[in-house]
Amino acid sequence: VKYVDEFRDPQLGRALAAEVLSLVEPDRHYKLMEVCGGHTHSIYKFGIDDLLPENVELVHGPGCPVCVIPMGRVDDGIAIAHQPGVIFTCFGDMLRIPGSDGSLLEAKAAGADVRMVYSPLDALRIAKQNPDRDVVFFAIGFETTAPSTALTLLRARAEGVRNFFCMCNHVTIVPPLRALLDSPDLRLDGFIGPGHVSTVVGARPFEFIPADYGKPLVVAGFEPLDVLQAVQMILRQLAEGRCEVENQYTRVVPYEGNTRALQVMAEVFALRPHFEWRGLGFISQSALRLSDAFADFDAELRYSVPGVRVADPKACQCGEVLKGVIKPFECKVFGTACTPERPIGTCMVSPEGACAAYYNYGRFARERTLV
Amino acid sequence: MSVSEREARVLGIIETARGKRGKFRDAQVTMSHGAGGKATQSMIEGLFVPAFGSETLAAMGDAGAVAVDGSALAMTTDAFVVRPIRFPGGSIGELAVNGTINDLAVSGARALALTLSLVLEEGLPAEDLRAEVAAIAAAAQAAGVQIVAGDTKVVERGHADAMYVCTTGLGRVDPRARLSPAGLRPGDRILVSGTVGDHGTAIMLARGEFDLDAEIESDTRSLWPVADALLEAAGPALHCMRDATRGGVASVLNELARASGAAVLVREADIPVDPVVAGAAEILGIDPLYVANEGKLVAVVAPEAADAALAALRAVPGCEAAAEIGRVHAEPPGMVLMETAFGGRRVVDQLVGDPLPRIC
Repeated sequence: VKYVDEFRDPQLGRALAAEVLSLVEPDRHYKLMEVCGGHTHSIYKFGIDDLLPENVELVHGPGCPVCVIPMGRVDDGIAIAHQPGVIFTCFGDMLRIPGSDGSLLEAKAAGADVRMVYSPLDALRIAKQNPDRDVVFFAIGFETTAPSTALTLLRARAEGVRNFFCMCNHVTIVPPLRALLDSPDLRLDGFIGPGHVSTVVGARPFEFIPADYGKPLVVAGFEPLDVLQAVQMILRQLAEGRCEVENQYTRVVPYEGNTRALQVMAEVFALRPHFEWRGLGFISQSALRLSDAFADFDAELRYSVPGVRVADPKACQCGEVLKGVIKPFECKVFGTACTPERPIGTCMVSPEGACAAYYNYGRFARERTLV
Repeated sequence: MSVSEREARVLGIIETARGKRGKFRDAQVTMSHGAGGKATQSMIEGLFVPAFGSETLAAMGDAGAVAVDGSALAMTTDAFVVRPIRFPGGSIGELAVNGTINDLAVSGARALALTLSLVLEEGLPAEDLRAEVAAIAAAAQAAGVQIVAGDTKVVERGHADAMYVCTTGLGRVDPRARLSPAGLRPGDRILVSGTVGDHGTAIMLARGEFDLDAEIESDTRSLWPVADALLEAAGPALHCMRDATRGGVASVLNELARASGAAVLVREADIPVDPVVAGAAEILGIDPLYVANEGKLVAVVAPEAADAALAALRAVPGCEAAAEIGRVHAEPPGMVLMETAFGGRRVVDQLVGDPLPRIC
């Protein structure tokens, strides 16, 4: 992984920052949304916005897989985790997402066998090592992680593993973007497109954004130079009066996406008619379930779960944060009632959540100086 | 009120809230309470310190000061629960001896004697016990410390994880030492004694839960020679030392900034990280600055003695990679900030939660 240093070179960063500065009109305010939580994390972790002119504002979008999981789904997961004999597996940052009565981490402390995994294949391995237990994988993520869940299920079927189940919470990126663009309370000048998702779906699915909504989008990688270059490319489009989808992340993202991954997803998953997104409400055709051919692996069919829709806590403004309508610090409970150690909302938990990234890395007003 | 004014106001409220003593409000103990981050701090400040009412404890040093007939002694204790018990570069026994010696060393005290308590799980192979006893003996001998008392308990299979080791150490405070966690002064320099994050990364990989092969060894070692060299080079200009165990260098810096009401600014580009550790951390999505060390200390030195202290550090075998990584500022109080290698600036906060397994 030594290669990443090339994409973190401060001299190249300063050169790009100078180009950005030359592209902005001094009296215009630019609002660009980074769709993906991975970008939000990079922006704060590397201090990228310190290199941008003051009139270029980055707004955080809905692309944080953990942040969009509604409370009811967490409750359903916890209910399964408490079933006798179940080993419940999920990614680490999912453990701390609050449900209506505690998180998976608290369920673990209360006796449920909850284990953190780094990949669905780890969960499958646990299933093979524990043939007398049911192993449930709580699958989350956009098109980025859905193929690995799909491949794991294909392997489970091929190997005849009967005690592996998946609670599918995979979501898709385009419907929430469309919902966001249709909402009246947001004025944006362009989008930094999600690099990881695009490795699977390609750049083509985003063409509706310039075509229907007149906003440029640049698919970008996650290193600081990637993000800065994407900003520069968007500003160049605006300066030249162009409006299109461009691909900054060509070293990883083919314009047409990964057809093999898309095929695998189509085989294993089916579209849900609608799915609840935390803070955004129900969005139609925005999530995946296991297809009928994989019903034997579907944890939601194997276990009866409450399946109750739980309203977000009143004080929580994750929805507005996810839509980029407010900045994290503008939320009424930010940093006081809602902190990373005692989160009310999901955006404060995941490292990709805008609130957590801002609280952990950005909590220092730019104009303040060190004495 | 403008956006930036509102932001500044919210940030002010948060900083005030963070400055207050932690409260222990959790319904049950979770792994976070053992991770050395915010939950641990809340438990110590909100439960232990008020219950025991000891001024020495409230000072939150790595070891407590005890005065006996005019001689200054230091005492500390530590429990080790690492899994697996043997890992590249060391084992639980070696860790238990060095960990306690190090808590004394960074308090400016040379260890005189240790006690040893073992909690053993029924079924532990005698071979494993023999190996750990040998490791304990070797580490103690290498550090010139005697084990003077001990205790052993055995619990039913499944009620412990192979073996847990507790050590308590007594040391004599060196007359050259003028150390305090509240001793940071604006202008002071921050030194680390070598590459950061080696131990925690070695343990994570040794657990075999990730399909990653990398040659990383734990850095477990006695830090007394390191502390001794710093005391000799800087004397009273050495304001504070801490061994960067659980929670890593980031947690140590936060504890010191908080205790002294000063700000710390570190330069990311100057922090020594082994390229293999950096690569593994990148893949695992963790920050080496938060990863445990078992043989690295952070030292805070007055500016006039910083160069001599760094030279003395680098002359200690195994500390060739020692570096100055930042400096102390007056404002904003209690905060740790980083100049990123990319040229931006960000907060380095205390660790929240613990995605990581038992590492010490």
